[in-house]
Amino acid sequence: MPNFIMSYLNSKDAITPGAAGSQFWALIYVFVIFTGVSVAVMAMNWLERKALAHFQIRLGPMRVGPHGLLQPIADAIKLMLKEDIIPAEADQFVFWVAPMIGLLAAFAVYTVIPFGPSQAVSDMNIGILFMLGVSSLGVLGIVVAGWASNSHYPLIGALRSSAQMVSYEVAMGLAVVSAILMTSMNASGTGTLSMIGFVRAQQEQGVWFIFKFFPLGLIAFVIFAIAMVAETNRAPFDMAEAESELTAGYHTEYSGLRWSLFMLAEYAAMIAVSSIAVTLWLGGWMRPFPNLLNARTWDFIFSLFPALTFFGLAAIGIVGVVRMSSHSFFRIQRIGLAVFAAVLGFIALLLLVIAVAGRSADANVAASSASRFREGIDYVYWFVLKVAVFMYLFIWYRATWPRYRFDRLMRVGWKVLLPISLGVLIVTAIVGVIVS
Amino acid sequence: MNPGLNPGMVRDMAPVATPFFFYLLAGLAVAGGVLVITRRNAVHSALALIVTLLAVAGLYLMLFAPFVAGVQIIVYAGGIMVLFLFVIMLVNIERSSKDRRFNRMWPVGLAAACALLALFVSAFVKGKALFPDRMMSLPESSNTQQIATMLYGEAGKMGPYTFAFEIASLLLLVAILGAVIMTKKKI
Amino acid sequence: MVPITTFHYLVIAAALFVLGVIGVLTRRNVVIVLMSIELILNAVNLNLVAFSRMWGNLHGQVFAIFVTVDAAAEAAVGLGILIAFFRNRETINVDEIDLLKW
Repeated sequence: MPNFIMSYLNSKDAITPGAAGSQFWALIYVFVIFTGVSVAVMAMNWLERKALAHFQIRLGPMRVGPHGLLQPIADAIKLMLKEDIIPAEADQFVFWVAPMIGLLAAFAVYTVIPFGPSQAVSDMNIGILFMLGVSSLGVLGIVVAGWASNSHYPLIGALRSSAQMVSYEVAMGLAVVSAILMTSMNASGTGTLSMIGFVRAQQEQGVWFIFKFFPLGLIAFVIFAIAMVAETNRAPFDMAEAESELTAGYHTEYSGLRWSLFMLAEYAAMIAVSSIAVTLWLGGWMRPFPNLLNARTWDFIFSLFPALTFFGLAAIGIVGVVRMSSHSFFRIQRIGLAVFAAVLGFIALLLLVIAVAGRSADANVAASSASRFREGIDYVYWFVLKVAVFMYLFIWYRATWPRYRFDRLMRVGWKVLLPISLGVLIVTAIVGVIVS
Repeated sequence: MNPGLNPGMVRDMAPVATPFFFYLLAGLAVAGGVLVITRRNAVHSALALIVTLLAVAGLYLMLFAPFVAGVQIIVYAGGIMVLFLFVIMLVNIERSSKDRRFNRMWPVGLAAACALLALFVSAFVKGKALFPDRMMSLPESSNTQQIATMLYGEAGKMGPYTFAFEIASLLLLVAILGAVIMTKKKI
Repeated sequence: MVPITTFHYLVIAAALFVLGVIGVLTRRNVVIVLMSIELILNAVNLNLVAFSRMWGNLHGQVFAIFVTVDAAAEAAVGLGILIAFFRNRETINVDEIDLLKW
């Protein structure tokens, strides 16, 4: 095998491809993340329609696949085959480039998101600064899209949406600064801006930052959670793109594949800011209680969780198969759902084998590759689980709360969140100085 | 404890394939600059300026200045350019796209700029021997901490730029107040 | 290839500076004049950071941060003046903004 492939795999310590200077593996990681995020966006699309439907006491898509599981694929095919309409008076080049700016800004954040202590594309020293900067580039995509459409509703929608995003960026940045402050409450008094450094700081200080200096960490987390919903233009802050208000706002004139690029950018941005919140406040890739319950049996029990999750999903699939009507009309759907449940069960068995193999390898060699593989899977699992909770919360907000009127929205951003986040920052600093 | 969590394995990152990236980023920056001053449409100019700003941020990363690069992206590309685009949309009137691009005095301006270019060229040619011919490599992992020490001082003393930092915050306050008051219809 | 020295960065900064000066002196649209001023400030920043690397201390980088802050304040105030002027005169051509008092 060529050296540039094996030198990263054989390295003694676990470091990210960026730190190792290995461009090949960095590209592999980028490719894996891109594929994973695209699959996650499709799953999110399905989950949103089903969950919203069940909140509204209806069933949602049930026809396309068993329980609508193939609906996102049908949507993607439909959008690709739709006619690409460009308004005649629109600025052609800018109209074409606007979705790309939003997409680039949404996906570039994934460069710094750590799925594990060495499972990140690159651990930049200025990781959180990079994330704040790149997510503020997303505003440009929206402004330019609204202007390029050369029509009233998109322009007003774009101006409103970008004003909202810029306002909540300030509160988001201040909440992030108070989390950065908490990383410096260690022995040397030096904090860090790198994302992996954040999770290491939480591990060394033995507490997730959401619970640190209670209730300061919690308030900072809540401010970030509210601001991130406003940043991604989701309900209840979706005045700029709501169908009943502005006929879909800045992406009114976009059809087919271009519109799907906007939706891809929106869901990818949602997953990205949720990952940031998880890394900063909820302990990133750490399993619950890594310091308190650190015996080997507890390690083993917690490493069974991925397998248990997939067994649970497979069990839900089996229940769905059993409850489905045995009319011949539903035969294909029943078989499809049974196959899907079988695939989930197979993945669960695989994870069980990995967990057991990793444990028995632990007894012999300290850092054997099976044990490292099992730990890698565990880190990614806990991270994705926490982000999935946030995704469900996004859908729950959309189903439950009415929309904010635009001037009330701006009022909340400037007059409520900004003073509270400033206050939290000052009080955190004072408490930190007193405690140390 | 999980043995996979090794403490502090971030190495200093040296720039990779330096000449290729330098020429790419420099070419992007200069091309963006040319597009800024020659496009008829103001939004195209703004987009070209964004390209230039991002290329210059990349050049900062190659010069071992990650914090300045981050500040450049957040403040310039994410803040100032959004402001420019807002204002372009507010004042963009249709006839401006059919106006002439360059003003009445453009030969004089071009001559002055050429004189400036000649001055730069002569300064570079004559003064090239004065530069120490070294490129020191600044530590990148503690860049932010060192900038913080210069801005905030340490252990009870003021840093070299602490006073300027406070004045800068006053400057920003004055700018905010000025911009708000000037754009209100009735004060 | 010849290794990239400080001089290369200075040449790029000088090129951006001259392009910015041409933009300020020859364009009609006031917004594009302001954008050319931003180009000039970026050229200055690039110079500062390149020299900071050459001398091995961080004074250049801190000064570059201050120049960026200054540019933000100036852009905000300049665009505020432009909007206030546009409300009165309905024009953004430098050729037509040439009377101190109507």
